[in-house]
Amino acid sequence: MDWMSYRKIYFSISGIIIMLGLISIALWGFNIGIDFKGGTIAEYKFENPISTEDTTQKLKDKDITVASIQETGDKSYIFKLEALDTEGKNRLEEVVKGIDDKAEELRFESVGPSIGPELVKKTVYALLISAGGILLWIAYQFKSLRFGTSAVLAMLHDTLVVLGAFSIFGHFFGAEIDFLFASALLTVLSFSVHDTIIVYDRIRETMRKEGGSIYDLANKATTETLTRSFNNSITIVFMLLALVLLGGSSIKWFAMALMIGTISGTYSSPFVAVPLLVVWENIHNKFKKK
Amino acid sequence: MNKPLRKLLVILVLVVLAGIVAMPKEIPLKFNVGSIHVDRTVTRPDLNITFAGKEIKKSFDLVLGLDLAGGSHLEFEADTSGISDDKKATAIQGVRNVMEQRVNLYGVSEPNIQTSSFEGKDYIIVELPGIKDTKEAVNLIGQTAQLVFAEVGSEEEPGIKNTDLTGADVKSADVTFDSTNGKPAVSIEFTDDGAKKFEDITGRNIGKPLPILLDGYPVSSPQVGGKISGGKAQITGNFTLDEAKQLAIQISAGALPVPVKLVQERTVGATLGSESVQKSVRAGFVGLAMVLLFMILVYGRLGIVSAVALVVFGILTLALYKLIPVVLTLPGIAGFLLSVGMAVDSNILIFERFKEERIKRNTRDALEVAFGRAWDSIRDANVATLLTAFVLANPLDLSFLNSSGPIRGFAITLALGIVISLFTGIVVSRNLLRVFIK
Repeated sequence: MDWMSYRKIYFSISGIIIMLGLISIALWGFNIGIDFKGGTIAEYKFENPISTEDTTQKLKDKDITVASIQETGDKSYIFKLEALDTEGKNRLEEVVKGIDDKAEELRFESVGPSIGPELVKKTVYALLISAGGILLWIAYQFKSLRFGTSAVLAMLHDTLVVLGAFSIFGHFFGAEIDFLFASALLTVLSFSVHDTIIVYDRIRETMRKEGGSIYDLANKATTETLTRSFNNSITIVFMLLALVLLGGSSIKWFAMALMIGTISGTYSSPFVAVPLLVVWENIHNKFKKK
Repeated sequence: MNKPLRKLLVILVLVVLAGIVAMPKEIPLKFNVGSIHVDRTVTRPDLNITFAGKEIKKSFDLVLGLDLAGGSHLEFEADTSGISDDKKATAIQGVRNVMEQRVNLYGVSEPNIQTSSFEGKDYIIVELPGIKDTKEAVNLIGQTAQLVFAEVGSEEEPGIKNTDLTGADVKSADVTFDSTNGKPAVSIEFTDDGAKKFEDITGRNIGKPLPILLDGYPVSSPQVGGKISGGKAQITGNFTLDEAKQLAIQISAGALPVPVKLVQERTVGATLGSESVQKSVRAGFVGLAMVLLFMILVYGRLGIVSAVALVVFGILTLALYKLIPVVLTLPGIAGFLLSVGMAVDSNILIFERFKEERIKRNTRDALEVAFGRAWDSIRDANVATLLTAFVLANPLDLSFLNSSGPIRGFAITLALGIVISLFTGIVVSRNLLRVFIK
């Protein structure tokens, strides 16, 4: 099948999705979690439903800045507050015990404002090391910088898709960018490359045996690997979907990020990384003719 | 007996052994077959043997992280501004040791205390499994606890003057009860040096108060009745029993060389933890069932082989988690489930290849060729994932990368999953196919 003749369509689809994401990022930015900006998340289980408005007021009276109080079902509430030190936590507990003496603390997470910038830096370092290592590995395995660069571009594509999706989810559903998200993003990078390598490997194998233009090789490899890419992606999506739906609130968005990354990664291998090789070849040929 | 069959037997033995390790502590069995009623509990045997005079003991329980079992993760930043660079490392190590001693005296089982530094800032991370009252823990661990005995100045020089008798001169401290009013108090015993100092100080302050300061605040101010020799003293105050216990621990463990500040706290109650475990396990089973069903529907007989390989994968992985042991966190479970999804990848690659090759040659040859050809891409692709897992797990503890527990848990389970899936995807399913597909 002549997959590569539709490459403009693939690039348009990717372009539109990434544009939507970028627009959302420009308009709404991200919903940054406490890991990166500091703050407190406290979850309590009360004996009776509480009034979130009253509670907010009571906390304000104690000089605690409240971002939100949400019910998580079954008389449990998540308080999102400013970063609290030990003394601040005392004030919070006073309020909580004042409302319900038997309130149970399910979790308490407080991150000081100085920690966030550090985590951002560490995440960026991890990202650079991973991406750099992968680029080198592919360049070495395929003896070609073209393959390496195209694979990394596809990786960038998937990163942008996931980031854009989370800007949109953040605006509409409150999905947060936290440290778990950063790890999911890193994992997506390796997924993306995982799939790309499978297709590239096919191109390499046929090139050795039969030779031919990149265009034909790309078509052949895409045809041959499409079923496996799809089937493999489905099994991973099954597992992640189960986690998103049944896995509980603290891990839902983590699994969601992985799932979007998996789908985008599967798409980007035959429809971004491979067509890029063709584009690259065309440009190269044009220059040679001149 | 042919070779693949023998290999399968070896694998079978391995799986049975791993299965014993992987199974839960107790499985209640209750069923009826016709007139036979079974109602008993199967208990997992733990390793407990004596070999050459050495006792080898290992219980095969999953080690759960703080977010699953409940517990507290505290991160303190050390204020090293007043310390020269060459003494910094010693000071931080000192903080760590004192904290460790305080935690141990407090009686927390299996605490984890480590230091980390990033761009000139120093942190001490304290992980306390199963602690509910973090407030008390933070107060206990994070206080500098510099104990000083002071003198009240004379009329010409009023005010409080610190003496050279400090917490460093204390040999031990313990909770006791004041004989006059029965209130909790802290008894201290000085070192020989300290005893001498104490004798001098009490000698020249007869009839005057002797304030005892903790981090600059007076905790007690007993009146000196006479010169005290023998090196024993008692701190009384308005203590509750817990406060007295804390103070005793802080004094015995010594003062922190530098002040610290709590910058991060993550506490998860046991209720939420066990809820997470239940939910993840359920999600895992549903996902697994869907994957198995999909493989069998799409690949038929081959799919059954990969389903068997996947079950083997699950058993081996669980057994390894227990043997290493891997501290399982919530993201760690996600990493495991993810690797289940990925474990069938090598099977799918091989099966697809097998379908192509079967057109060109006979089944047996096609199978071998498919395995051979698919291996190249499986290897190259998995190296990339392992690379990322390596960066996330940060096994070398590089200070410019993350070293937080949950993420590390995710990376480790993901990496283990990939390695084991290579074994089950290639070795196990290959031999199964050699024996059963003709």
